[in-house]
Amino acid sequence: MEIPYTDKARPDTGLYNAKVGIWLFLASEIMLFGALFSSYILLRVGAATGVWPAVKLAWPHHLLNVPIGTFNTAVLITSSVTVVMAWASLKMNNFRRFRMFMVMTIACAIAFLGIKSYEYNEKFTHYELRLKDGKAMTGHLEVNGKHPGFWSSADLWNLPRLTSSNITEVKFVADPMVGHEGHGGHEEMTVKVDEITHLDAFIPRNHTFFAIYFTITALHGFHVLGGALVLAYFAFPGSGMWKTNPEQFTNRIEIGGLFWHFVDLVWIFLFPVVYLL
Amino acid sequence: MAQTTTSKSGAHGAHAAHEAHHDHHELGYLSKYIFSSDHKMIGIQYGVTALFFLLFGFFLVGCMRWQLAYPGRAIPVVGGLLETLLGKDMAAGGVMQGDLYNAFGAMHGTIMVFLAIVPLAFGAFGNFVTPLQIGAPDMAFPRLNMASYHFYFFGGIVMFASFFIPGGAARSGWTSYSPLATTAQFGQAFNGQTAWLIGMVLLINSSLLGAVNFITTIIQLRTKGMSWMRMPFFVWAQFVTAFLLLLAFPPLEAAGVLQLMDNVFHTSFFLPTGLVVDGAQLPVSGGGSPLLWQHLFWFLGHPEVYVLILPAMGIVSEVIANSTRKPLWGYRPMVYSVITVGFLSFIVWAHHMYLTGMGTKISTFFQTTTMMISIPSVIILTALFISLWGGSIRFNTASLFALAFLPMFGIGGLTGLPLGFNASDIFLHDSYYVIGHFHYVVAPGTIFGLLAGIYFWYPKATGRFLNETLGKIHFWGSLVCMNLVFAPMFIQGFKGMSRRMYDGGATYFAETDPTALKLNIYITHSAIALGVFQLPFIWNFFASLFVGRKVTNDNPWDATTLDWATPTPPPHGNFTHQPVVYRGPYEYSVPGAAKDFSPQNQPS
Repeated sequence: MEIPYTDKARPDTGLYNAKVGIWLFLASEIMLFGALFSSYILLRVGAATGVWPAVKLAWPHHLLNVPIGTFNTAVLITSSVTVVMAWASLKMNNFRRFRMFMVMTIACAIAFLGIKSYEYNEKFTHYELRLKDGKAMTGHLEVNGKHPGFWSSADLWNLPRLTSSNITEVKFVADPMVGHEGHGGHEEMTVKVDEITHLDAFIPRNHTFFAIYFTITALHGFHVLGGALVLAYFAFPGSGMWKTNPEQFTNRIEIGGLFWHFVDLVWIFLFPVVYLL
Repeated sequence: MAQTTTSKSGAHGAHAAHEAHHDHHELGYLSKYIFSSDHKMIGIQYGVTALFFLLFGFFLVGCMRWQLAYPGRAIPVVGGLLETLLGKDMAAGGVMQGDLYNAFGAMHGTIMVFLAIVPLAFGAFGNFVTPLQIGAPDMAFPRLNMASYHFYFFGGIVMFASFFIPGGAARSGWTSYSPLATTAQFGQAFNGQTAWLIGMVLLINSSLLGAVNFITTIIQLRTKGMSWMRMPFFVWAQFVTAFLLLLAFPPLEAAGVLQLMDNVFHTSFFLPTGLVVDGAQLPVSGGGSPLLWQHLFWFLGHPEVYVLILPAMGIVSEVIANSTRKPLWGYRPMVYSVITVGFLSFIVWAHHMYLTGMGTKISTFFQTTTMMISIPSVIILTALFISLWGGSIRFNTASLFALAFLPMFGIGGLTGLPLGFNASDIFLHDSYYVIGHFHYVVAPGTIFGLLAGIYFWYPKATGRFLNETLGKIHFWGSLVCMNLVFAPMFIQGFKGMSRRMYDGGATYFAETDPTALKLNIYITHSAIALGVFQLPFIWNFFASLFVGRKVTNDNPWDATTLDWATPTPPPHGNFTHQPVVYRGPYEYSVPGAAKDFSPQNQPS
């Protein structure tokens, strides 16, 4: 006996097997991201009142680059359109068009991940600084006349690392304070190492906001990567099935597309939650 | 794959012959036994691996029980081996040290729940029996099925290997409560807890793939005539179980990822502000919530209890209907109850957290839902009890285990009520009473159900019966010893003995209540006896493959469900031709029928 309904729909459910499977899988994915979003809410509700960084455990706002985030949202939505177009092209029996739209989808995925890594890098080179006199600020660091870039954890500076080196003072280009009266520009200052009480980049361990931001966006990023790899497999090495079993191949693209829409949808929630609110 | 569009009639036989020929050529040792995508072989793989872990988990608790009965005395037989393998820090001179006790305790729970019972109940029985009972040729996604076994296998390897990494295995309880789970070995980058989390993520992925596969199979691959209300209760139980796994496990996966971040990247998801460890403030940002971990953990943890029990209820229902030669009493209410249990199990989780200070209003809510969920569970159990009424019961080993399940699970369930009320739970929480309660549910409850299943389906899987005499020794020994092990724990719990004490409570009870300590010794000896009574089973399980009595027909128990309508053992593709279902699952002793059973595929 062969396994039935691998490409044809079962009459009473109206679905072929893989479609039931992918919807169930997406249900579990909703629970996964749902738990992470719930964690976000709980951590945020539990944060101290006040303005970060002045209050250390307050929730930071508006730290992420909204124009770039908006652009990335547009990139991902575009890819959702193109993946549907790719599927529709197969339905219209046009393999060349299918491949073109697939390439566009994958290009969007690569663009999204590229932009996201640029944003990550921006955070990894951005610092929170606290001094003994109670001042707290964010900005960019200059050690030994160099702005530390980020290529590996060796490029990250923090207080223990500074005190164990023989550096006695660093330059700090502070960001304009949000919601504070007075100067609006970047302030450049020289800071003595022994006056620092806290120095850390915008990395997960620095604050629960960064922790949850990096965790959810990274997990989402892995979903984008995984989805793109599967779509790329369908578009190129796995496209031979178009000749042997076009119906099942088209179904595969539909399944891949459903997953891709889900990944977009997570981002549609993620973008306002971490960038705007 | 499915590219042949042959007409159903004439070409079918030729096609089947071609398939058999094809299989004969393709299946070498590796693809038949290791990389098999056949649901029956995967079920057997799951079963054998899970039985190994069941024994291993029992070994762990055996060592712990020795330490509880005779604190500070070297463990006989294996003490020296433990010292050689795990080092002096863990077992100096063969004496179990505190860290080892904690590690064994955490890993006993983890291994029994996630590597033994769930894989046996869901992975093994679900895989082997479900497609047969609904008349399907295989699972809907055979290769996904193979992948879920491999995820499970690697998860098991990671858990097993974690005993041997520096510092030993995870030691913060099977619940891995933060902040302890993060701070127990804070400086060590890769510690037992990290391995535990990686292992858990693999096991969760395995369960998720399995759940997707099971639900799709049951929705899509039911054969002609197999309507929802003609499905055997076992299939319903697996169906609900799969939904629990599908929806409850992902939050634990999220929690696992967050705790992994806490352990490896030193974030503070579950670490509160100002945490002091060993007299120094922990170098983390703080601002996290330990309660968050408990919520995420128990959001899985409670449905997981039903994942453990529902498949066993399914097996017991099959065996009882068959051995009483009667239809199940109240099949429909049982089906509605199992669905209700499934829904309610998602809103009872915080009854594990009454003592966390989450607030009396929340406690009251969860106390109410907890009392509600006992209703459908009691309906199922009551229906099974009433099913016995007026039956002429065939007392073979399978039915003995199934019958013993009923009162044993009853004790487990009823002793849970005082834990569900938050007033009485305040006293009993974290005491041996809790251990007694859930072990009654899982050990003489679920495990008896699973053993019933092994004795029941072994002839279908292998073509030979298990030995009945050895089976009865196994049954009576296990039944008596299980009770001797777990019943005294209720008494210890009432006396206030904490479940976490490394010396078995000697510090507290030596002067005030020495009888509580005596019970430790009785329990340990009973546990050893329980282990001894498993030897006939282990021998029986392997020896019967070669010397067991051969089955003479495909339906040796005179059963009604489709799993007995296959050749023995079922070949690849299961059925020789697609079965058609004409009747409900338990048409035993139908008045006027020629025999006392009417198989589902017998035309009316």
